[in-house]
Amino acid sequence: MTDVVLEVDHLTLRFGGVVALNDVNFQILKGEILGLIGPNGAGKTTCFNAMTGVYAPSDGDIRFNGQSVAGKQPHKITTMGIARTFQNIRLFPEMSALDNVMVGLDANHKTSVLGAIFRLARVKQTPENAADNPFLASVERVIGVSRHNHEERTGRTEAMRLLTFVGIADRARETARNLPYGYQRRLEIARALATDPQLLCLDEPAAGFNPAEKEGLMGLIRKIRDTGRTVLLIEHDMKLVMGVTDRIVVLEFGQKIAEGPPAEVARNPRVIAAYLGDPDAAA
Amino acid sequence: MDWNVLWDGLPDHTLDGLTRGAIYALVALGYTLVYGVMRLINFAHSEVFMVGTFAVLGVYAALGATVGMGWPAVVGITLVALAAAVAASASTALAVERIAYRPLRRKNAPPLIFLITAIGCSLTLLEIFGFVLYEFFGSPFGRGVVSIDPIFPSRNLVETDLINITNVELLVMVSALVMMVGLDWFVNRSRIGRGIRAVAQSPDNAALMGINQERVIMLVFVVGGAMAGVAALLWTIRYDVTKFDVGFIIGIKAFTAAVLGGIGNLRGALLGGLLLGVIEVYFSVLVDSSWVDVTAFVVLVLVLMFRPTGLLGESLGKARA
Amino acid sequence: MNQIAAMTDKLRNRFADAPPWVRWIGVAAVLGFAVYLPLLDIPGLNVIRTDYGGSGSDWPSVLFLVLIYMIVAVGLNIVVGLAGLLDLGYVGFYALGAYSVALFGSPASPVTVWIAEKFGLETGWAVPFALCIPIAIMLTIVSGVILGAPTLRLRGDYLAIVTMGFGEIIRITARNAESVTGGAAGVINVPKPPGPEIDGRDFFNTVDAERWYWLVLAVLLLAIVVARRLEHSRVGRAWMAIREDEEAAVIMGVAAFKFKIWAFAMGAALGGVAGLLYASKYTFVTPQTFVLNLSFLFVAMVVIGGAGNIWGALLGAFLITYLPERFRAFEDWRPFAFGVALVVIMVLRPQGLLPSRKKALEYKARQIEAEGIKA
Repeated sequence: MTDVVLEVDHLTLRFGGVVALNDVNFQILKGEILGLIGPNGAGKTTCFNAMTGVYAPSDGDIRFNGQSVAGKQPHKITTMGIARTFQNIRLFPEMSALDNVMVGLDANHKTSVLGAIFRLARVKQTPENAADNPFLASVERVIGVSRHNHEERTGRTEAMRLLTFVGIADRARETARNLPYGYQRRLEIARALATDPQLLCLDEPAAGFNPAEKEGLMGLIRKIRDTGRTVLLIEHDMKLVMGVTDRIVVLEFGQKIAEGPPAEVARNPRVIAAYLGDPDAAA
Repeated sequence: MDWNVLWDGLPDHTLDGLTRGAIYALVALGYTLVYGVMRLINFAHSEVFMVGTFAVLGVYAALGATVGMGWPAVVGITLVALAAAVAASASTALAVERIAYRPLRRKNAPPLIFLITAIGCSLTLLEIFGFVLYEFFGSPFGRGVVSIDPIFPSRNLVETDLINITNVELLVMVSALVMMVGLDWFVNRSRIGRGIRAVAQSPDNAALMGINQERVIMLVFVVGGAMAGVAALLWTIRYDVTKFDVGFIIGIKAFTAAVLGGIGNLRGALLGGLLLGVIEVYFSVLVDSSWVDVTAFVVLVLVLMFRPTGLLGESLGKARA
Repeated sequence: MNQIAAMTDKLRNRFADAPPWVRWIGVAAVLGFAVYLPLLDIPGLNVIRTDYGGSGSDWPSVLFLVLIYMIVAVGLNIVVGLAGLLDLGYVGFYALGAYSVALFGSPASPVTVWIAEKFGLETGWAVPFALCIPIAIMLTIVSGVILGAPTLRLRGDYLAIVTMGFGEIIRITARNAESVTGGAAGVINVPKPPGPEIDGRDFFNTVDAERWYWLVLAVLLLAIVVARRLEHSRVGRAWMAIREDEEAAVIMGVAAFKFKIWAFAMGAALGGVAGLLYASKYTFVTPQTFVLNLSFLFVAMVVIGGAGNIWGALLGAFLITYLPERFRAFEDWRPFAFGVALVVIMVLRPQGLLPSRKKALEYKARQIEAEGIKA
């Protein structure tokens, strides 16, 4: 029996009189790519928000590796191992691509505020955290590298590796605001990956992509899964969803109406009815 | 704290507070309208009020008003003063919008810059009346307290053991109420008012519906300024005095009133103003008057800390929170 | 103005790209100039009218005030520039620092008198100057945390108003609570830092203003080092992320509340230290010094210089302090000129005189965006 990474258990979310999610139940298994689909307004992003602590459930629970995350603070949930991207891209616009990723890496850094000022805590020097300047490097061989410098230097290396992984390393130092749209979407993914998540939630990562870019994205998602992570994917493009997911959960009006392998879900009459009239479903 | 003093004169003190609060409420309308539509704290609004008081002074001087004139003259002069105050305040508000805020809107500047610019406008206006005009024209401009002849005589209308009501107090209360009802009707029932509410809730959508955002903004400033002008006239009638920096403390109190009632909420501005006026008077009776000004600040800080949406909640721009 | 800005931008880029030894020499040269400054005789620059003798306006005293305000600028730049928190009540922390050293360090303050009576100490007892420093820092940090904890979750402009209220509450309380703070008359005999006696006078006195200048210069350099270390670390990144998009930052694992409180605390501490040094040189404190307008002045310093950029903040501090002193002859015109200057500079160049290179790009992008929406 494969491990259950995330369990959504009778999840209900009410906003005043509106019931956004109504008794939703599903599981995400370790190492799978799960698709979360449904017509507009079905509650997919609301589900994401509940998982990442933006909303607290009105009823029911969400458990990550057995631990409840319902109503926990978002930054705590991130350190537990859930990361996400946003439907309408929320990068830090005036920071460079590299710095955006560094913020993600900082989630696991241990330098404190006082540590940043006094830089006293020491770590042994290694090839990864050595200074570029040879004089400084030889000094640090003796007294050790400050934790701040250790985390900054290894962080920068790791950030570049992540930018290369998603394919945007050539514009690492550019301000995020100036990056082309495709780069911005991939930067968001890199930033989310930087928090070293077990579960990565992607909210419409292919919105606005042309077919070639979508192919590239599918490859990237598979690569991410191959590094041992689990992926939850909200998408509207059926071809992409069918092509890359292992299983699909379908929501409509806040309720789950289908769950299963892609081929099965595609034939489900309720699903087809929900999408009737939706041009994407015709593909 | 001498509670007896408060209790003995409670009706009088309450009326005093309500009168004062009514004036705060009228000024608060300017803050609340602008904030509701533009999410901007219009720091310069306090000086818009101040300019109105000087306009009244100007009318009295120009028409040669003196104490003890007959009622027809008094009413006539007061009406002219009203028109002058409204015109002066509204045009000052509009000028600030055109000179300072609009260019910043064009450049899509962040909120901090708006705030700093507003402070600069406020300071400039303050100094114009407190110094620059004094350099050229002398009195009544300058840093001193300016006393105004009580052209509109104060008469006791009701004189009982329980309470004294003067005609001025009645005038203030009635005027404020009338203005408030009028504005409320305007914003909630008229077509133009609908435009204001639309822009407050969603500027982009409002533009798509064909509403001219610039015109709405101009209108909001003019209306807010006009209200401040009315408040300025009522203030001069009630207190016979003004000063180049009278706007500052009135502005803080009016802003507190707006926040207390729920910023963006017109009825909230009225409620907040009246409530604040009464609290202030009660407090000044109970405690040393030098602490009175702190009341507004403390109320402000407490409200923002524990109930930032105010008593009645935000309303004009609610959808945009 | 745009040509000057372009020139400074080019200069800064070239400096940043120069090899390390060039940069070290540049820094040393600037430092040397700064240390030597009060003794220099620059025609036109240090023509300061000596209106008031003593701690008035001679060249080194003006420089002293410039540096004090520079410390304020560094602190406020952390709060407003880096973390993006609209603080309009910074004068409150400045006042707390000044009153700390006055109330605890002066033998004439109501607090020391009361303590001396209560514990039977000799008259004229007071807390030694050195101890007043940690007291001031603690007081300001604690009040920063107390102010910040319930208010930092407020929307930007609300935070501005609450902090403004805080500043005024401090001033009015200082004015009214006579039995504790000395009321409107304030407190005199604020102690000076200890030092050797030279020529029969204390090292730090009211005449040799250069020594005060060098003391504050040392403190300022320390403050700059601390601020830069914070800025170029995960802390600075967290602050900038919070400023850019707080909700996204939190979802990326940034403990926003913690970092905002720290920003407030750091800013408060620096403001308090500046206030303490100021009070010590002027030997007395009164509530009238800490008016709301001073808060506006402080924020104007940071914003005019270019919020978020420490060098811009320092430039802003210099301009705001030096220009009024230089033109003391036009004293009465100064508030008016300040108001007009604020409006003109903000409307014409909202990104400030020396925006950080990234900020300059941000403003260009914002403008293009705005034009796009119009079209």
